[in-house]
Amino acid sequence: MYKIAKENLSALFGKIAESRELYLPVNISGQANFAAWSEGSAVDLDTLKTVKSPKDAFFPQSENLYTVKKDGKKLSVEPEALKDRDFVVFGMKACDVQGIQVLDKVFLADPVDTFYAARRAHGTIVALACHEPEETCFCKVFGIDCAEPAADVAAWMVDGELYWKALTEKGEALTEAVQSLLTSAEGEEEKIEEEKKAIRAIVEKLPYSHLSLEGWNGDSLKEKFDSPLWEELYKPCLACGTCTFVCPTCQCYDIKDYDTGHGVKRYRCWDSCMYSDFTMMAHGNNRTSQMQRFRQRFMHKLVYFPANNDGMYSCVGCGRCVEKCPAALNIVKVIKSFQKEGE
Amino acid sequence: MQELIKRAKELLADGTVVRVLGWKAGDLPYNPEPAYFEKEEDFRDFVYNGFCGANLSKYMIEASKLEGKTMVCLKPCDTYSFNQLLKEHRVDREKAYIVGVGCKGKLDIEKIKAQGIKGIQAISGAELTDAGDVLTIQTLYGEKTCAYGDAMLERCHVCKGKEHRIYDEIIGESKDTKDADRFEEVKKIEAMSPEEKFAFFQKELSKCIRCNACRNVCPACSCRKCVFDSNKFDSSQKANADSFEEKMFHIIRAFHVAGRCTDCGECSRVCPQGIPLHLFNRKFIKDIDEFYGEYQAGEDIEAKGPLTDFTFGDVEPSIVGKRG
Repeated sequence: MYKIAKENLSALFGKIAESRELYLPVNISGQANFAAWSEGSAVDLDTLKTVKSPKDAFFPQSENLYTVKKDGKKLSVEPEALKDRDFVVFGMKACDVQGIQVLDKVFLADPVDTFYAARRAHGTIVALACHEPEETCFCKVFGIDCAEPAADVAAWMVDGELYWKALTEKGEALTEAVQSLLTSAEGEEEKIEEEKKAIRAIVEKLPYSHLSLEGWNGDSLKEKFDSPLWEELYKPCLACGTCTFVCPTCQCYDIKDYDTGHGVKRYRCWDSCMYSDFTMMAHGNNRTSQMQRFRQRFMHKLVYFPANNDGMYSCVGCGRCVEKCPAALNIVKVIKSFQKEGE
Repeated sequence: MQELIKRAKELLADGTVVRVLGWKAGDLPYNPEPAYFEKEEDFRDFVYNGFCGANLSKYMIEASKLEGKTMVCLKPCDTYSFNQLLKEHRVDREKAYIVGVGCKGKLDIEKIKAQGIKGIQAISGAELTDAGDVLTIQTLYGEKTCAYGDAMLERCHVCKGKEHRIYDEIIGESKDTKDADRFEEVKKIEAMSPEEKFAFFQKELSKCIRCNACRNVCPACSCRKCVFDSNKFDSSQKANADSFEEKMFHIIRAFHVAGRCTDCGECSRVCPQGIPLHLFNRKFIKDIDEFYGEYQAGEDIEAKGPLTDFTFGDVEPSIVGKRG
């Protein structure tokens, strides 16, 4: 284990940026979001949750897939280059790291998504333990320990020092690259153990930590799908895409063409099951009401995904949807409503 | 709140209305959600406090299509939106029983959290009947306090007044919470150089994630199908095909609601990225006031909209060239 004083972090970021791209939470116009680091960036490691999750680093909101160019009667197709530079995502939280595990199940399964795979191969994650979890957090429900994030490097901020522990080969390589700035923290493990204990004690007290997921699995598919509760639950939904766009695990995307005037850019962009043209096909749309679209989101996260991925839920309890839904709806309220009904 | 519940139950019982549109208590101290109440027992969860910021006029578009009358709880500023929707034939007056609810300014949880208050377990002082002007907040990290005024939504600082502009009856007292100049921020932007203006809007709008929350919550955005939801255009609703597109979306939207926007502030309230979207609308309102005489959309249902009416006093199009 190593450590570095908080005031030396900008030197650490500079050092990382010498050999790799670096993404970390930056405050832009009052909001913390992951962005590329540059000298003078307003780095914000104090805000617990960035507005958007860091999934953009591996699965950007929009990305070009290929470009078709027209030259007279000749057409040429140029595939977009795959990510070929190493990069570091610094300051992810345990829930967001688990979010990437969820995305892996989707994009690294056959057929492998080459754009995503290239980013995963080149990306190193430095995750920060959650010093002060908040009332909207419920990662514990999904077996995530925010006191000890499982990333390439796990880090803790204690008493003005950042403690640094490499957990994987990629993490070791990054440690080596910044070694000159780190000092040994051997013998200080006790301090980290204390911090973990303090974090876990807070987690126990969080209002959502003891939410029960009983009955949410592939076996209950029909019962959940047919429940009359959805008709009630969806009603305040405004059909915006906030929940899906701030979510670390929502992975649906659309593929579209952009007319550049002298060719076409075929790009993909995040889609939202809340939108009326979601999965629109030539025959029309297979979900024609907002109730169906609303139901889809929660069924996917809590029923379909675990049914197809050995019980892994595609919610990680980050609580961003809890904080951001304009109508104050969220997955926790859905789970609780079904629980109430079952009582 | 008890009076409101009592009256709602009466109206349901005597058949005046078949449902009540209000707010249901959330599972955190600050997240009530818009909800329908139809049965006596539903009212266990009914709530009306400082966190009930949502403008329920928008929901009346859908409620107007339902069988029977809906009792809807509208705050003074929400009634402007209802009037405007009425004028545009998007809501049915016959389908609404409007209870004007009291308001002393609505709270913005983001403003409370911005003061470093986190791990919130309980909040007191947010009830309409609470006399004090301080919120006491129990958190996992100790007790905190926050002045009510410091936690108010931006729109409440430029409150349009405590009068309900349309109602069947009023329950509860309201307070005018205005303590700032509505156009102050707009004036600041007007004073900027073109380069500064561009930089300001680029910085703010580049935060946009195209979630469409501003559009979907907006009572003036009542088109059955939005142009941005059409897949026949490159400007689709969910991606920025280029870095200018998110600006296009917001500018087009601002133009489309110009003259109809009541400045209810819902767009800024719901933006997950804290973009001050109301500034666009207020710029239009300020210009309209200057070009066509003072006009407040939704103030009444008779007045003709400045952009849909012609008078010889109207400003000439050449004003654009003169003012830049």
